[in-house]
Amino acid sequence: MASHLGGLSGAPVVRVESLVRSFGPRTILDGLSLDIEKGEFVALLGRSGSGKSTLLRALADLDDKVSGSGRIETPDKKSVVFQDARLLPWKRVLENVVLGLDLPDAAERGQVALEEVGLSGRETAWPVELSGGEQQRVALARSLVRDPDLLLADEPFGALDALTRLRMHDLLRQLCARHQPAVLLVTHDVDEAVTLADRVLVLDNGAIAADIVIDVPRPRDHGHRRFGEIRSELLRHLGVETKPVLPV
Amino acid sequence: MNAISHTAAVALPIPYASDERGLVPPAAKPRKTGRRRLALGRAIPLGALIGPALLLVIWSLGSVAGLIDPRTLPAPWSVVGTAIDLIAEGKLQDHLMTSAWRAAQGLVFGILIGTVLALISGLSRVGEAIIDGPVQIKRAIPTLALIPLLMLWFGIGEGMKVTAIALAVLIPIYIQTHSSLRSIDSRYVELAQTLRMGYGEFIREVILPGALPGFFLGLRLAVTYAWLSLVVVEQVNATSGIGYMIDLARNYGQTDIVIVGLVVYALLGLGCDGIVRFFQERSLSWRRTLAD
Repeated sequence: MASHLGGLSGAPVVRVESLVRSFGPRTILDGLSLDIEKGEFVALLGRSGSGKSTLLRALADLDDKVSGSGRIETPDKKSVVFQDARLLPWKRVLENVVLGLDLPDAAERGQVALEEVGLSGRETAWPVELSGGEQQRVALARSLVRDPDLLLADEPFGALDALTRLRMHDLLRQLCARHQPAVLLVTHDVDEAVTLADRVLVLDNGAIAADIVIDVPRPRDHGHRRFGEIRSELLRHLGVETKPVLPV
Repeated sequence: MNAISHTAAVALPIPYASDERGLVPPAAKPRKTGRRRLALGRAIPLGALIGPALLLVIWSLGSVAGLIDPRTLPAPWSVVGTAIDLIAEGKLQDHLMTSAWRAAQGLVFGILIGTVLALISGLSRVGEAIIDGPVQIKRAIPTLALIPLLMLWFGIGEGMKVTAIALAVLIPIYIQTHSSLRSIDSRYVELAQTLRMGYGEFIREVILPGALPGFFLGLRLAVTYAWLSLVVVEQVNATSGIGYMIDLARNYGQTDIVIVGLVVYALLGLGCDGIVRFFQERSLSWRRTLAD
């Protein structure tokens, strides 16, 4: 099941081996191993408390207060999109995009990134003046302006309404096609995972319980037979029994 | 009709019970009166002046009607007359300049020292261990109580006065800036980490702007503290300044000059607060608060 189509050439950009992370007596990640190929879009599903965010934070180097062991290799150029847009409220939109970007042409790059997410013209707005979806688009621009080899996204659309979420899916897909970063998208939305990802992982009991390559042709139609099959399989791994969507 | 709505219809023999859709509970009727909005309404133009103007009217009416003894409180116009005389003689300006200069020096030193201490203590555990205790002890001692010691150390000259003011000023600056530094959202610290900011950049872009609201609150308190301390040091031992002018007038029973001095203090205090607020609003224009 673990054989995947994309990125057969070259070494993986992310390599995790026997990762253990625990909070006190509770072991959250228990010997987890994972490879992500260059440019591969991986979605990570799992029930609440299954350790999705713990894994993502470990890859983002944000878990220095957590005890554990294991080996993690990630590229130097990586960026994180959080569930909240996490814009600094005292910086204008463009300043937020280029925050910490130490390049002579940072401002131009920032403008290009804002244009890509459809927010040119809002460079000098304050974050508080933007809608939730717009703020998250600024956060996407802030990640992409760094040309990451790895994009880590922790339920980035979880706080958005359903319509905005669908538009954000299209946007993220386009941006990833253009910039080709490897992506690890943590989500609890099975449809989101199947729509966007090349490969979907299910995390359970601190290890990867399922690793499914999504072979639904793009653009992916939720009504496609294969979409329904994969969806049911993923839901089963997540402990939700469903009846087949279509008679097979 | 199902059993439940049927029962209800019997229980409520009022017209809407026979409505085709079944029950329309009374609560579903549109409310005519709007609910009380929780946000404040629009600001009243020049609203801040209404209260003081009212006081002035009462004062004037009381004086005209003879209800207020001029020895207790002279009429507003005689206070204005006295002020004009004092300005014509050049006394008021001299005292004012002396007082303002003292307050300014004390403020500058107090703000600088308070800010630096807050940064050291707010940004490192060691700094906090060394600095926070002494500042809290100083906070517990009223400035007034320190004056005898300051007089022994610095004499009765300007040095003592400026030191006393600076010591009073640094406390609110320190407390507010420090607590504001420490309450910066840890999510922003994480963000800075994922953006690979350097320490200097992190301080400049995240910590300092985040602590600015606290600093400004401290600054507004500090300005008030500066004028309070000024009154104390100028009445304890001085040969010039507004406080000295008031103290001298008290000796001769010149209530009108005392009032002029108090009005000057009030105007200075309000003026300085206005200046601080002006800069506060410009620097913190990214915020949306209840006041907007």
